[in-house]
Amino acid sequence: MRALAWQAGAVALVLALLVVLVVQTAANLRLRGLASGFGFLGRATGFEISASPLAYSPRDSYARALAVGLLNTVRVALLAIVLATALGLVLGIARLSRVRIVATLARAYVEVVRNTPLLLQLLFWYSLSQALPGPRDALRPLPGVFLCIRGLHLPGLAWHGGTRWLVAAAGALAIVVGLLRGISRRQRDRAGRALPTARLAAGAAAVLLVGAIAAGHPAVTLDRPALMRFGFEGGMSLTPEFAALLIGLSTNTAAFIGEIVRGGILAVDRGQTEAAAALGMSRARVLRLVVLPQALRVALPPTTTQYLNLTKNSSLAVAIGYPDLMSIADTTLNQTGQAVEVIALVMTVYLALSLVIALLMSAAEP
Amino acid sequence: MSGCSGVGVPGASATAAGARTPTGGAAASTLDGVRRKGYVHCGVSTGVAGFSATDARGNWRGLDVDVCRAIAAAVLGDASKVRYTPLTAAQRFTALQSGEIDVLSRNTTITFQRDVQLGIEFPAANWYDGTGFIVHKALGVKAVEELDGATICLIPGTTNQLDVTDYFRKHHLAFTPVVIERLDEATSAFFAGRCDAFAQDRSNLASVRARAPIPDAEVILPQVISKAPYGPGVMPNDVRWMEIVRWSVFAMIDAEELGLSSRTIDRALASDDPNLQRFLGTTGGFGAMLGVDSGWAYRIVKQVGSYGESFDRNLRPLGLDRGVNRLWSDGGILYAPDLR
Repeated sequence: MRALAWQAGAVALVLALLVVLVVQTAANLRLRGLASGFGFLGRATGFEISASPLAYSPRDSYARALAVGLLNTVRVALLAIVLATALGLVLGIARLSRVRIVATLARAYVEVVRNTPLLLQLLFWYSLSQALPGPRDALRPLPGVFLCIRGLHLPGLAWHGGTRWLVAAAGALAIVVGLLRGISRRQRDRAGRALPTARLAAGAAAVLLVGAIAAGHPAVTLDRPALMRFGFEGGMSLTPEFAALLIGLSTNTAAFIGEIVRGGILAVDRGQTEAAAALGMSRARVLRLVVLPQALRVALPPTTTQYLNLTKNSSLAVAIGYPDLMSIADTTLNQTGQAVEVIALVMTVYLALSLVIALLMSAAEP
Repeated sequence: MSGCSGVGVPGASATAAGARTPTGGAAASTLDGVRRKGYVHCGVSTGVAGFSATDARGNWRGLDVDVCRAIAAAVLGDASKVRYTPLTAAQRFTALQSGEIDVLSRNTTITFQRDVQLGIEFPAANWYDGTGFIVHKALGVKAVEELDGATICLIPGTTNQLDVTDYFRKHHLAFTPVVIERLDEATSAFFAGRCDAFAQDRSNLASVRARAPIPDAEVILPQVISKAPYGPGVMPNDVRWMEIVRWSVFAMIDAEELGLSSRTIDRALASDDPNLQRFLGTTGGFGAMLGVDSGWAYRIVKQVGSYGESFDRNLRPLGLDRGVNRLWSDGGILYAPDLR
């Protein structure tokens, strides 16, 4: 009962402080003759954004520009989470390797990355990209692929057939996958071995695509990057800003995840490994089937924290010119002068993003 | 709200105004605050050569810095009593609105939105500029229209960003922006070849070019695609402070027109030209009307110099042409009202 009263008191105090803060801020804004409110969100921005997953033009509203920023943040964060997890897993296992040099290298990596500021690492990766040659002297690691200071340019597929064809193709693929799974199940029951369904499905999709291109179907064409007056146009491209942010965030977070994975593996009882080895399982299989599933239980909660950190750290993008939420918000703040509103909005969005990630991760916990 | 009406007391004798509060006696006047602190808190740039940048000994120098120094000379009697806070483009207005700085003197373009919607007052313009481009010479670009499809480096939140977007839209051209917040990082990205062009106010371009590894490999396009009058900014709730800033700028411009300079002003003290006498405070009582003492304008010229001296000291060494920033009497558009 007493504990409850204390808690209620604490909540009331925090709420009261919040109310005072809001009232005081509003009064201060009025005193300084500043217009408040979110009306600016509907006005046209008048600025261009370099990379946009949404259709965007300077005629669009600030709200849409911020949505573009949010999508850019989500895009880089999701990709970085996948890469950081994969690299972190490898690092965690490598640190426990019996091969001395592998363990030492992994340890050195973790110490270097963990003990230097992330902003510095981002600037390092970005400055590496700045050392690449100009578009005219671009490197050609593969035919049709160009690497220069403007980024990585790859041939892409251009689609001219409209969405109807895409839906039809997806439907056909789904039917193929369904059939494959049926066959696979029967095969497993009969011969004890399943078919590599995923690989077969990917193969089928590739055959479909290559077939369509080879047959000269007008809906799909290969779009190659071509050198124009100001660099490459066409194809797919990866900007150095995006690449530096992606590499910086994933290599940084991987060091922390590696330590979490190592902790998780060490938490698995030695008896488990020994018992599995006694059954004649190879070391790789022991790791994959016995150790890692149990290590995951321990590793998952702290990994969630790392995912949250990564997402919030992506706001450092502003330093290297990737148009993430923070960068667009920064420009919006500066063009409209609505500092309090923009900051409040950005904080709410990052909070919501973090909550969604935490929610998804807690759903994934066993 | 300030009670200042902005009207002086006509006929008041030229007493030392230190003890006298300006009309209305507003509760928290900036002038009182500055006197209590003993310095003028001035927001400047993070380093724009010629306008506000630190020299080899760490002293702030530049045309905008001289506005801060002029205000300090007028109000506190000593041009060196200024505290500088370097601000990025994104920080500048917030620093002013929050009351952190007394005056923003940071190559800031006066625009409708900043004046009306942001509620910032720009008492005077001290430099007339416009958005221009620097491009890599090897591209062979001679005019802005040829930049169709180019990648352009920009600083976020500047008027340049909006000017370029507007201009390209108007002429149905396309460009890819690379938006980097800090000027030095954006500049090095441009030199490294990340962008084909870098859009900046034209006066900045000279100092950007001077920092190039090979200055001759970069070329400043002759076109200027917008108007950008720079001016110091203050908050609107203190009219008297606004007037002090305005007349500190005007005094430097008037001094040049009157033929005064830091070296010659002492000789003018004996002059019987009524214009000079009013300027120097021997007659007229203008200092008292402004809430400062009668020698305010004299000290500005003596300690900081006339507008022309400030230009010669800060911008001429960068190889910048004075252009429209000449006095109206020399064919420019600099025109300040007289002390009368």
